[in-house]
Amino acid sequence: MGVVAVVVFLLLRLTAGDPAAIIAGDNATTQQVAEIRVRLGLDRPIAQQFAIWLGNVLRGDFGESFFFKKKVADLILERLEPTLALSVCTVVLAVVVAVPLGVIAAYRRATWIDRGVMALSVLGFSVPVFVTGYALVYLFAIQLAWLPVQGYQRLHEGLGGFVTHLILPSLTLAAIYVALIARITRASMLEVLDADHVRTARAKGLAEMPVLLRHVLRNAAVPIVTVIGLGVALLIGGVVVTESVYSIPGLGRLTVDAVLARDFPTVQAVILLFSLVYVLINLVVDLTYTVLDPRIRY
Amino acid sequence: MHRVRHLAVACSLVSTALFASAAPGPVLAQTTVRAVMHSDLKIVDPIWTTAYITRNHGYMVYDTLFATDAKGEIRPQMVDKYDVSADKLTYTLTLRDGLLWHDGAPVTAEDCVASIKRWAAKDSMGQKLMTFVGDLVVVNPKTFRIVLKEPTGLVLSALGKPSSNVPFMMPKRVAETDASTQISDSTGSGPFVFRKDEWKPGDKAVYVKFDKYKPRLEPASGLAGGKVVKVDRVEWRAMADHQTAINALLAGELDYLEAPPHDLLPVLKKDANVRLVDYNPLGNQYTFRFNVLHKPFDNAKIRQAVFYAFNQKDFLEAVIGDANYYKVCKSLFPCGSPFESTKGMDGLLESNVEKAKALLKDGGYDGTPVVLMHSTDLVVLANLAPVAKSLLEKAGFKVDMQSMDWQTLVARRAKKEPPSQGGWNAFLTAWVAADILNPVMTGFLNASCDKAMFGWPCDAEMEKLRDQFARETSPSRQKAIAEAVQVRLTQYPTHIHLGQWYQPIAVRKNVDGIMTAPVPVFWNVEKKGR
Repeated sequence: MGVVAVVVFLLLRLTAGDPAAIIAGDNATTQQVAEIRVRLGLDRPIAQQFAIWLGNVLRGDFGESFFFKKKVADLILERLEPTLALSVCTVVLAVVVAVPLGVIAAYRRATWIDRGVMALSVLGFSVPVFVTGYALVYLFAIQLAWLPVQGYQRLHEGLGGFVTHLILPSLTLAAIYVALIARITRASMLEVLDADHVRTARAKGLAEMPVLLRHVLRNAAVPIVTVIGLGVALLIGGVVVTESVYSIPGLGRLTVDAVLARDFPTVQAVILLFSLVYVLINLVVDLTYTVLDPRIRY
Repeated sequence: MHRVRHLAVACSLVSTALFASAAPGPVLAQTTVRAVMHSDLKIVDPIWTTAYITRNHGYMVYDTLFATDAKGEIRPQMVDKYDVSADKLTYTLTLRDGLLWHDGAPVTAEDCVASIKRWAAKDSMGQKLMTFVGDLVVVNPKTFRIVLKEPTGLVLSALGKPSSNVPFMMPKRVAETDASTQISDSTGSGPFVFRKDEWKPGDKAVYVKFDKYKPRLEPASGLAGGKVVKVDRVEWRAMADHQTAINALLAGELDYLEAPPHDLLPVLKKDANVRLVDYNPLGNQYTFRFNVLHKPFDNAKIRQAVFYAFNQKDFLEAVIGDANYYKVCKSLFPCGSPFESTKGMDGLLESNVEKAKALLKDGGYDGTPVVLMHSTDLVVLANLAPVAKSLLEKAGFKVDMQSMDWQTLVARRAKKEPPSQGGWNAFLTAWVAADILNPVMTGFLNASCDKAMFGWPCDAEMEKLRDQFARETSPSRQKAIAEAVQVRLTQYPTHIHLGQWYQPIAVRKNVDGIMTAPVPVFWNVEKKGR
């Protein structure tokens, strides 16, 4: 986290762009821009700016957004719900669809079902998120008018609107993770399907479903959980595009807006948050290994 | 199976914990116009920034003493009547009866004087005006005087200027905020109240009708006249993606789209439920800006060569494409505005390559590359620089076109260093016509060296003409001075105007009453049905 903090802080200061010039507007004079730079503290040496920022962060104060004149922490809290809702829905959707697809593809290997799942998987990988998004919008929102084109409705404003606004973005974002998880599930299952303990289980007279779920899937689960964990971390990138396509006011949009506007305090805080999430997910994945495979100990 | 069940239970618990404490949502007003503006509202102080979205916000929330009508004439707005003394040194302004701030307090002359002072500290035209002002005197709660040191024609045109920075009136307690500090209190006396509690930057800004607003009795005209609000609520939704905004408009999820890209207009024209409104007859103007500090554009002759190398149509075709939305206009001040003229422009902007080459030779051009900044992320600007590069190269210039996003360009254009050390020679941008209606208002004509805008032109003759314009009170003599400025521009080019273009608004068919004005405003707008 410390390394991330230093790198992000330095990258923002070393890349082109001046928040003071952006804030001042197109008609501003050089003097007006300079005044704003002083007001924002950007005229100070970088080391001094870093020391002030780090001191504040350690006290839990991420500062105030240059543009929104709001506490960065408040801005993030405002944007957390849409991103969290989208991410949770996407992961649940991806896991619920992809794991059974991978299991079935492995179980029916070399059949049309297997080929069909793999073909869909390649498609899911290959089509960019924004293309999937626009295609789904065109079909379900413009042509069929079943679902809204864009926007987000908070849960407390009504469950129906909350769900309908999340369906298309979640499908869009889930496509790539369904493809990824289904392929890994299939590959892991194939490795275990011919193992001795599976043959033994079948020889004991166990039905196919318990064999698949208890003896195959569980033993194949470590790589699948790893990929799901990685997928959750990678979601951050997908969320940025999806929130833009569907105009969802979440953390992804906040990140893009803040980067484009060179809103240093906001970008720094959001990236620190993302890196914290990344670290926590890796921790959860590592702990899950011990549950799935008792042989793994830390 | 247990694991899947556990996952479902966990999700449900997380959702419950997350949303259980949420408050009830807002109730939608009876008539709401849902609009996507050209940009998200991030700053709410229209004096502190010149950003157009903040100016538009200003027109929702605040009122002005004077305003520009549809014919470009300045009309009283908050002012009921005004008198000018015989020696033209004292303007006495009396406010209309019944003007109230959104908190219910009456608007007073003291508020207006404080507002003028704050605006004049920031705005270039306001600063010019204040060089003529001796005193601002409050006579009584409804009357104040502007006492001049010498006569000027700027008083009404500055107080009624339509675009950034607009002299919006604010309560004294707000207007006393230092002009370099953003205000946090958005109390105005305009036709809409800003709902700060519902403002979520990056999501939406909300305005509701100010029930106690007292419109003028005459019909609305441009930015003047009766500002009658015919909807209960206006929501500006933030939508960064043009395609998404257009899809939302087509699907009826939006009512109003301020700036649909020109290449997507055919999609909108095809839909029977959507119509395009050309609200701004003067439109916008493309501009090529020189940096006169460094070679080769430190030489006026070489800048003149660019005037001969360019033609407007190539630029307009490359960006706008549809001839219905652009106009070749050789006049420096917008075609259709009072100072339109072609004086001094014969033979210029016609891509006369031979003449350009001759001027380059005369000027001793030594092949120094022109560092041309190319903004890639704004649709209305992205194609300009490649056209400029091509035309400059045909005339014999060497061009180093450097691509970057607009915000990087904005930061870089403020640098005075040579191009080899991160500086620049030229870039292209666009102005709203309302910002460039006369020589004082046009920022790029400011040739006061270090005090000028980026590019830093330095020409005593141009400054003398601009001062003359500011002192002049006769419209006919002002026009003559404006023409002299145009001629001077051809001798000492500070920038080159590259034609006018128009940005229609797209609305659903049930939305009507869009005002013809240089700024998109929401009074007079009606929406039939919800």
